[in-house]
Formats: sequence, C-alpha cells, structure tokens
Amino acid sequence: METEAEHTGLAIHPMDQFIVKKLFCHTESTAPMNECTTNIHWYDITNVTMWMAIAVLVIAAILVLGTRRRAIVPSRSQSVAELLYGFIHNMVEEVTGHEGVKYFPYVMTLFLFVLCGNVLGLLPLSFTTTSHMAVTVPLALMVFVGVTALGFMKNGPGFLKMFWVTSAPLAIRPVLAVIEVISYFVRPVSHSIRLAGNMMAGHAVIKVIAGFASIVVVSPVVVGAVTAIYALELLVAVVQAYVFTILTCVYLRDAVGDAHH
Amino acid sequence: METEVHEAAGAAGHAGQAVGMPQLNFDYWPNQIFWLLVTLVAIYFLLTRVALPRIGAVLAERRGTITNDLAAAEELKQKAVLAEKAYNEALAKARAEAQAIVAETRAAIQAELDEATAKADAEISAKSAESEARIAEIRAGALQSVTEVAKDTAEALVAALGGKSDPAGVDAAVAARMKG
Repeated sequence: METEAEHTGLAIHPMDQFIVKKLFCHTESTAPMNECTTNIHWYDITNVTMWMAIAVLVIAAILVLGTRRRAIVPSRSQSVAELLYGFIHNMVEEVTGHEGVKYFPYVMTLFLFVLCGNVLGLLPLSFTTTSHMAVTVPLALMVFVGVTALGFMKNGPGFLKMFWVTSAPLAIRPVLAVIEVISYFVRPVSHSIRLAGNMMAGHAVIKVIAGFASIVVVSPVVVGAVTAIYALELLVAVVQAYVFTILTCVYLRDAVGDAHH
Repeated sequence: METEVHEAAGAAGHAGQAVGMPQLNFDYWPNQIFWLLVTLVAIYFLLTRVALPRIGAVLAERRGTITNDLAAAEELKQKAVLAEKAYNEALAKARAEAQAIVAETRAAIQAELDEATAKADAEISAKSAESEARIAEIRAGALQSVTEVAKDTAEALVAALGGKSDPAGVDAAVAARMKG
C-alpha cells in the first residue's frame, strides 16, 4: 500500500503543515487526508480558529496588558506596544499624508494580524494562517475594494484621473491608461500572493530540509541549515508584514492623498 | 482504511494519496474566511476600544510632560541668568562702595596727616626760634665773658710785666682787638 511505503522510507511531507483540521475530532486514520481534514464547514472550529485566536491573545497581551499601567516612563512591554503604535502611525502619516491618519486603526489591525500570523507560524508544530491564500486574498481584496470605494467617495469620478497620466505626452496617454488600469487590478493579486507565497515557500523549505535529518550523515548539516533558514524566515515574517502594510498605505494614498500621481 | 483514505482524498478534490497544496483546496476557504473575518473584527475592536486610545493618551501625556518640563527648565534658566545678573550688579556696587570708602578714608587720613604735619611744623619753627634766641643770648654772654677774661688777662699781664695797669687803656685795647 502506498501509505506503508511512505512511512517506511524517507517521509517528507512539506505540505502537510498547511492542512486545515477540525479540532475536537478524533480519527484512527494516519493518512493526511481523513475525516477530520475534509468536509470542513465554515462554522467548524479548526486549527485556523485556534491560531487566529492565539494571534488575538498575543495582540491583547502586547497592546492591552503591556500598557495597563499607562506609565509616563514606559516599562519594557509598554515600550514594545508604543514602538508598534509609533511605527505604524508614522508609516500611515508619512505615506498617506495627514488625511490618511484616520485610517490608522484599520492599517494597524492588518499589520498586527499579518505580523502575528507570520511570527506565530514559525513556532514548531504551529499552523501559519497567513500562508493560505484563503486568508491573504480576502485581506488584499478588503484593501482593494476599500481603497477603490474610498477613492470614488472622496474624489467622485475624478478618481479615474489617476489612470490618465497628464505628465506623459498626449499620444501615449491612452496606452499608459490601459497599463495603469491593468496594474491597478493586478494589485490585489500581487498583494495577496506575495504574502502567502513567501510564508508557504519558507515553511515548506524548512520542512523539506528538516526531513533529511533522518539521514545520519547529513543531519549535522541539516540542523545548521534549518537554523539558518529559520533565522531568515524570521526576517521574512517581519519584512512581509511590513511590506503588506506599507503597500496598503501606498494604495490608500491613491484614494485619500494628493491627486498627483 | 484504504477506502476511507480514498473517500477523504476524493472529498478533498484530490486524487489518491497526494495532499497537493492545501492552499488550493477550496473546501477550506469558507472556514478560513469566516474565522479571518471574526479575528479581524476582534482585533479591530480590541484596538479601537482599548489599545489605541490608551497608547495615544500615554504618548500625548508624555509629550505634554516633556514640553512642560522643557518650559520649566527654560524658565529656571531665565531665572538663573537674572540671578547671575543681580549678583554681578551687587558685586559691582559693593566694589564701588568699597572704593568710595577707601578713598574717603584715605582723604580723612590725609587731612589728619596734613594737620598733624602743619602743627608739627609750627611747633618745630617755634622751638627753633626759641633755640635761636637762646643761642643768641648764649653767644652774647660768651662775648661778654671773653671781653672780661681778655681784660683780666691783659691787666694781669701788665701787672706781671711790672707796669701800672691802666683800666681805661686796657678796655680800649681789648675793645679794639675784639672788633678786629
């Protein structure tokens, strides 16, 4: 049987970590796809639920518990919370301008969710919520739809002037307009795939390399390589959260910022 | 078990044992999207109701405190400058006063000294005048004595030489010699 063959040989299942499982579900099956990982309804409590809940708890611990003393001279935990606040607040203000500051809570929500999802995903045996396009695509679509709607509400049909590059010669403006429109609609795709792809690739690579640790000769190299890649992934996790957020701010600027492009 | 696996795999939309990319298993999407929305709403309310106002308030308060402290420091600095100025003024004034007192004292001492000098000069001149008078008197007395001694000596010489003394002639001779 195929299952037996896989279990006796070099068993590397880099994608198994991304499987969504029902919690509170017991199965006798050792196969990756069993009754706990299929027929999942939208309301089922799964590992997605659990790791998103953990993200909420971590955010609450950092931002609410850490600041409970409201000290003028901050404690360490309060400094972390203030650092995050200041970092995103400055980013929103610098990128979108003064007008964009009122969207700071939304941007902060996205940033903290992505950051916690990415970093918590690096814990061994954890589930990386942000490695799924089912998560990043709605996030990117929210930004896309929100920014487009906001742009039309703020500027009316004038929002479309964004696609008409007045700084270019008149002859090539229609061509540029087509390119601009295409690039505008590609935004949510790149926005979501970039995050999910980065997260998924890194975790899969770690898993594949770690799978070779069962070969005695190469295991020291494997341990070193996994450590190095883990460090890299930690960087990637933070950088991708930053990239996702700053792109959100850049898109937001088109809607609320100055008209010049 | 095999049938179960195949059923499960079939239900997941994959053939055989392969997991493939769970990301592309659209059976998972409703669940993930639902919990994503729940999570985002939870985080949003956590942030807007508690965390962000609190941190914003703390930062504003800190900024206020720092501004106030800087203002207070500036004020104190101004005060220090004023105090230094006052101190320098007082010092200059005291120095001037001291100089005035020194000058005054010097003048007073000079006046006293001048007076004492004048008095001493007067005394000295009075004393020297008196001394000169007495010297003149003594000199006069001495002249008288010399005349008498000369007369006596002349008379004694005349008598010893066996002559008859002539007082009048002796006097005249002595007087003539004294003048010469």
